[in-house]
Amino acid sequence: MRLIAAVAAATLIMAGAADARTWRIRPGPEAEQQLQTALIEARPGDTVQLGRGRIELTAGLSLDVDRVTIRGDGEDRSILSFNGQRRGAEGLLITSDDVTLRGFAVENARGDAIKARDCNGITIREVRVEWTRGPNPENGAYGLYPVNCDNVLIERSIARGASDAGIYVGQSRNIIVRDNLAEFNVAGIEIENSFNADVFGNTATRNTGGILVFDLPGLPQKGGHSVRVFRNTIVNNDTPNFAPAGNIVAGVPTGTGVLIMANRNVHVFENEIGDNGTVNVLISAYRNAFDDAEYNPLARDIVIRDNAFGNTGFAPAGDLAALAQLGVPIPDVLWDGATMYSVGGTPRMETVRIVVQDNTSTRTGQSSFLSLGMPVAGSPLTEAQPSPTPPPLLAVEEPDAVRIR
Amino acid sequence: MRLLMERFILLAAFALASLMTSATAQAPQPVNDRAILAERPPALLSEYRLFRDAGARSPNGRVTPYDLNTALYSDGALKFRYVYIPQGAQARYNAEGVFEFPVGTVLVKTFAFAADMRTPAENVRFIETRLLIRRAEGWVAYPYVWNEAQTEARYSPIGADVPVSFTDEDGDAIALDWAVPNRNQCKACHDRDGDLTPIGPSARNLLRDFAYPTGAENQIAHWNRAGILGSLPAREVLPVPRAYDPTSGSVNDRARAYLDVNCAHCHNPQGPGHTSGLDLSWSQTDPALWGVLKRPVAAGRASGGFEFAIEPGHPERSILVHRMQSTDPGVMMPELGRQLVDERGVELMREWIAAMDRDGRTPQ
Repeated sequence: MRLIAAVAAATLIMAGAADARTWRIRPGPEAEQQLQTALIEARPGDTVQLGRGRIELTAGLSLDVDRVTIRGDGEDRSILSFNGQRRGAEGLLITSDDVTLRGFAVENARGDAIKARDCNGITIREVRVEWTRGPNPENGAYGLYPVNCDNVLIERSIARGASDAGIYVGQSRNIIVRDNLAEFNVAGIEIENSFNADVFGNTATRNTGGILVFDLPGLPQKGGHSVRVFRNTIVNNDTPNFAPAGNIVAGVPTGTGVLIMANRNVHVFENEIGDNGTVNVLISAYRNAFDDAEYNPLARDIVIRDNAFGNTGFAPAGDLAALAQLGVPIPDVLWDGATMYSVGGTPRMETVRIVVQDNTSTRTGQSSFLSLGMPVAGSPLTEAQPSPTPPPLLAVEEPDAVRIR
Repeated sequence: MRLLMERFILLAAFALASLMTSATAQAPQPVNDRAILAERPPALLSEYRLFRDAGARSPNGRVTPYDLNTALYSDGALKFRYVYIPQGAQARYNAEGVFEFPVGTVLVKTFAFAADMRTPAENVRFIETRLLIRRAEGWVAYPYVWNEAQTEARYSPIGADVPVSFTDEDGDAIALDWAVPNRNQCKACHDRDGDLTPIGPSARNLLRDFAYPTGAENQIAHWNRAGILGSLPAREVLPVPRAYDPTSGSVNDRARAYLDVNCAHCHNPQGPGHTSGLDLSWSQTDPALWGVLKRPVAAGRASGGFEFAIEPGHPERSILVHRMQSTDPGVMMPELGRQLVDERGVELMREWIAAMDRDGRTPQ
């Protein structure tokens, strides 16, 4: 019987602040037990300091204490390696408030890499999450994964190889995602069923799709709204879609820059978006059948302005490949044209405002726009009646900048 | 039936052991209420005096054994459950969920394997004993791990790996590393809106006979008669069926009972799995919330390439069955608490989904 020795195993060093402790964990055969012990025994205000090197884990880690900081010596130096993981659905699970993660890496988790659930206040800074074999459908779904959280800040972090989204914020409120690098994921950055998110200064490259803003039916929080995607570099997203079938991102065409699906009040501006082989910006309704009377599948109140578009449409994939074969020219900004949907057989329609203005293109000078003219959400592409006429310019007020409390 | 008989023999053996103990020892000391309410848990299980013997086979006075109609699958482990309610206090009956237990209550669950699970009363090895204690500020969970000599169980807040080997009910040799949960992992199941909470002892799940040393009796009536459960309603709820016993209910009812006990502790609107949008509670009547034609949200590779949690008529394409059949930590459900596949549970789900119409209803 291998009984895990308790508290004494972890080194305890008093730090400067009154009562706050620093738990120092150094790589080695005892590190896994020491680390999980520290995460359980820590008191609010404590720091868990990861030493340099690789800490090998066999089970998922979890933290349920408020105001704890887990920090390492840098994403390239302090590595939590889950190569030998036998238990736990994620690498690191956070379920407490005001937690800060900083300066370490989580590699090769069997499921999601870092999940923060039901937290108020989660800061992830200079953290790397990665599946080191590169894109593979057997990789975990999400890299950085806050869900049902308030006050989410993710910055200067790196996410690579996720079989769903590298950085995924779901069913959350008050979110800043800035200055991160997301590459070789199916979705680089995804904001889903969330309210008030600012996504800026990020680089999303070599993913299947760069930045996604989604709203899905059947979840406790839906009706995603008020998302600003600005000053990002969203280029050369060309990794063939490797998401396991059944997941919503499995339908993202390889070579998509920005994809807005359902949602209200999404503003995409001042980004560099180019060399995305299918399309630079795709605006679409949720296209599957659904049975949720409170759900609106339309993308509405969408603003695409002041972006610098590069090449696109040179390698259309997925559904849009068929469209290109029909001779439809692929524009910078493609909208499905949906303004109607039905719930339980009852049709609903609304004024959908789509504003596309002041964008530039290295390809054609002025950026191009196309509506597929499919007024009913989820219509088959064979019913497309493409029209380059942009929708009328109606003002859509931009949401306020997100402030983390 | 055979299992019931063996259960009875086992209990009779316990009763005998307890008689012998009381015959040879002086009057036994009562359960140690101070240890139960102490801020820090004692290092050894024996300090609570919940049992009269060091091996915890013979319960002390006021420590009442019980069973559930349908229990969580835990790699087929034997489970010995007891409830202790302090003198002068009573649990309050609750028709829907778990009873309301008074401060000082202890729910005791020992996980054990017989060397050969076809003869579950022989060569029984205790692995761990988990205590759920009702404090004034809420419930706390303390795991105690048994030593090899089976003479003491020691508090182990950060869990443990215990190698276990046994012959299963089909005669196959099984070896696994039993994972004693750490404190956070306890809460991974026993969590309602962030508070630790018991799962098992509800009226529906307790409503069955138990072979007490004094004879078989309905558990709820027995608790009431023993004074540990307050007044009963005029009309009792219907018991949940025993999931694996076709004589105890329809396929639909048994499947729902199975999901309620094995899944709904997370997948309910206040549980850790609420973000999935699934609600597998017994009281949930909307099949869409059971997962019927519901697409995965955050399953990733755990979808197995399938489109729906439950696709009526097609268990082979239902993600729910796929995840129950897996032992890969990134795929399996439940996420914790098992390393083997519950073949009987999977078979029940298959039967249920195969018989289901597109609206998620099955013939009663």
